[in-house]
Amino acid sequence: MSLLEIKGLTCRFGGLIAVNDFNIELGERQMVALIGPNGAGKTTVFNLISGFYQPSEGAITVLGKDTRGMRPHQVTSLGVARTFQGIRLWGEMSVLDNIRVSQHYRCGYSLLDCFLRTRKYMLRETEIERTAWELLEAMDLKDCAHELPRNLSYGLQRRVEIARAMSLKPSLLLLDEPAAGLNSADVEGLIKLVRWIHDTYPVTIWMIEHQMKVVMSLCSHIKVIDFGATIADGSPAEIQANPAVIKAYLGDDTI
Amino acid sequence: MQKHTFTITMFAGMAVLAVLAQLGVINQYLQSVIMLMGVNIILCSSLNLVNGYMGEFSCGHGGFMCVGAYASSLVTVLCFSKNHILGAPLLPDSLALLAFPLALAAGAAVAAVAGLVVAVPSFKTRGDYLAIITLAANYIVISAIDNLEIIGGPRGFMGMNATVNAMNDLVQIPWMLLWVLGGTLFSVWILRRFVSSTLGKGVPAIAQDEIAAEIMSVDTNRMKLIAFMLSSGLAGLAGGLFAHILGYVNPHSFDIMKSTEVMVMVYLGGMGSLSGATLSAVLFTVLLEVLRPLEIWKWVVIPLLLILLMQFRPEGIMGNKELSDLFPKLKKYYSFK
Repeated sequence: MSLLEIKGLTCRFGGLIAVNDFNIELGERQMVALIGPNGAGKTTVFNLISGFYQPSEGAITVLGKDTRGMRPHQVTSLGVARTFQGIRLWGEMSVLDNIRVSQHYRCGYSLLDCFLRTRKYMLRETEIERTAWELLEAMDLKDCAHELPRNLSYGLQRRVEIARAMSLKPSLLLLDEPAAGLNSADVEGLIKLVRWIHDTYPVTIWMIEHQMKVVMSLCSHIKVIDFGATIADGSPAEIQANPAVIKAYLGDDTI
Repeated sequence: MQKHTFTITMFAGMAVLAVLAQLGVINQYLQSVIMLMGVNIILCSSLNLVNGYMGEFSCGHGGFMCVGAYASSLVTVLCFSKNHILGAPLLPDSLALLAFPLALAAGAAVAAVAGLVVAVPSFKTRGDYLAIITLAANYIVISAIDNLEIIGGPRGFMGMNATVNAMNDLVQIPWMLLWVLGGTLFSVWILRRFVSSTLGKGVPAIAQDEIAAEIMSVDTNRMKLIAFMLSSGLAGLAGGLFAHILGYVNPHSFDIMKSTEVMVMVYLGGMGSLSGATLSAVLFTVLLEVLRPLEIWKWVVIPLLLILLMQFRPEGIMGNKELSDLFPKLKKYYSFK
């Protein structure tokens, strides 16, 4: 059974076709990229997978389950985590709390358990707290556990956001432009971090990224879309040599 | 030790107040001020869950208080006093002590269900638009009761004193004072437990970024349902207590003015702080009483204080901090969980 299977995915907003007949199949522990010029529909594909939009046509299957009609939090609890293009941490909550709340679906106790502080409540809370600390330790964020995210540097905020997504223990991690707004030193750090996550956890990573350095050094497979349609599909070397891709990015030289 | 100091202090405080009231050291007037304080603490801290922690703007809290007040009053009046609806009381007076908390709980439950009127639209609506819905909910409640002749309509509803008297006949202690203090402690305690749990922290997550909350596996609809129903349910509890303190309720004591008063207390104390809510409810109640000699000028001085507060400390007295965050040394002496 494949981890993620998308067949004939199409999304229309009125007359605009944002995504047109998109297909992909992902197995375990892969690292792939989705690239394309601005407005090509990359983020829309991610939004469709995570349940913010419903597809006009086609089907998305996560671990054998059809996600049509599911709300985003339900898709997430199937094991799909994602980050956003702009950082969306909860700014007024400590880093530790950010990583605790993101394990919400694992609470598993009722409101009554919460009021009475039953054994079940205590067990679950300890578990959540332990997972959070383990992750903070592993991702080298222990020192800022009690800081508010808005007081951290941009690079650190990215790291916290990825840690928060990883706290869901996902089998599929969607990264939406993780290198956007980072300086070159931070980009190096990000490449190392993503590679480390991929080596350490049993997770498939699918990223949208504009910085070719990141894509080329991490991904084994690249998919290119333009105006919602897939125009190329292959290994980094193939993509770099593909005339359709070069045309989409640089335009035609005939005027 | 510090695990229990808070609980011990609270129960000791309750006992001391009850004894002082029993001995007549605290007169009737002071007792009623203390009871009003308790009611205001419940109202303010429960509204804080929605307006502070969840970042919505509910301005119909008075409506839910009204539902709770009428529902619990109806139960106690039917059970313990001679009324025009059923005639003779349903239960003997000796059961009053047992039935009263159940009546309060029934009032709270009915108010929580009434909270659905706001909770369900909140799935799709937020901000100003939701505020208008809460305002409408308040008006719906008031107009509905205004037009229900069987419970007195605009003339109000009375007969709750019979229950209080029945309790007093059983054992002569200041029962209402104890119920109010107990209810206050209960409300603050469950709110505190809720907002400090991982489950409850989903509520501020919705306030700070709803989309991120949903994608990080927080079932936002469920959290909104819990927050609104818990908030309106506790308002209903406050209403039930209020009705039995006065022994008389009138739909117009719960109109938009009441809701505004509660909102003022929330913003005075600081949004997202339970100690702030408690402190401001106490301050506000005391202020209203202390400024009584000013008569009508009271309503010039209090809004003026509010304007000054918003100018110089817009986040409220406590901001979103708890007492133990501002004074970390206090943690040595108590922990409140």
